[in-house]
Amino acid sequence: MPEHVSSFKSYVGTWAALMALTGVTVWVGYQDLGIANDVVALAIAVAKALLVILLFMHVKESSRLTKLTVAAGFFWLAILIGITLTDYLSRPAVDKLRAVPAAVVPASSRLEQPNGESARPNPVLPHR
Amino acid sequence: MSSTHSALQHHFDTLDQQREASTFGMWCFLVTEIMFFGGLFTAYVVYRLRYQAAFEAASNSLLTWAGAVNTAVLICSSLTMALAIRSAQLDRRKAIVWFLLVTMLLGATFLGIKAFEYTTEFREHHYPGPSFHFDAPPADPNPHHAEMFFAIYFCMTGLHAAHMLIGLGLLSSLLAPAWKGRYTPEWHNPLECIGLYWHFVDIVWIFLLPLLYLFGAHGTK
Repeated sequence: MPEHVSSFKSYVGTWAALMALTGVTVWVGYQDLGIANDVVALAIAVAKALLVILLFMHVKESSRLTKLTVAAGFFWLAILIGITLTDYLSRPAVDKLRAVPAAVVPASSRLEQPNGESARPNPVLPHR
Repeated sequence: MSSTHSALQHHFDTLDQQREASTFGMWCFLVTEIMFFGGLFTAYVVYRLRYQAAFEAASNSLLTWAGAVNTAVLICSSLTMALAIRSAQLDRRKAIVWFLLVTMLLGATFLGIKAFEYTTEFREHHYPGPSFHFDAPPADPNPHHAEMFFAIYFCMTGLHAAHMLIGLGLLSSLLAPAWKGRYTPEWHNPLECIGLYWHFVDIVWIFLLPLLYLFGAHGTK
């Protein structure tokens, strides 16, 4: 497949969009929006990364093999972070399960320790 | 004629095929780089969930302006890198060299600002270790929790700075061949692959800015 030559205008346009998004994300960083701070900051970062990958790195005009490789890289990153979080974020729920009185939970499905410390707080990730 | 080009290696049929293979190989390497930085991003997410208040206070102590200016510097350097490759595609020999030099100058500017930041943080004893000192917020008085933020901060920005240094070395290796007219519209794979590396390092910083600098910026300095 022949190489695509992007126009000077499109490069400068991409650059201007990246600079504008940087300005917006810094400005939003100084506002207190609670959880929305994180959502907006990450959405802008993903948008900027997409601009760089598709237009500066020419993935938009690349072969399907290259596109698949790039997508696989980020998919694996999502697995790394996503599955790690299923552990850490579910620990409070598991702790609650541990705190259920022994009579309610059949002995076979109890999570308690042999020494009877069934309501022991999780040592790795305590409740906030 | 592409079939007789001096850069065509014997195991490829055409220059197009050779370029396709080098781009694919470079992206495979960059995927391993995504996972390399990904481990640190995961550590950041896990510890921030646990020490939210301490991480916010520690993030607040960073020089937000320096992180923001450095983002702009890197975005400009990505533009000049892309324009250097475009110059090769259009057979503008001198323009390649100039754009490479500007890219390197911007990269060095980034490292200069980063060095200034590190100096400030070391003066304030914000680096993890025996002499670590940080005025912990009342919400989380254990200073070791803020120390964890700085450990992750120095690991991530340090690894990123190492990539910048390697990038500068790679860019300097392109200067002489570019000046001699080695990179033509038919063949400029090294320029393209090192360009991909440079843009990748830019993308890492695009995520470091909000995660390290901005999420605590709205607190009181």
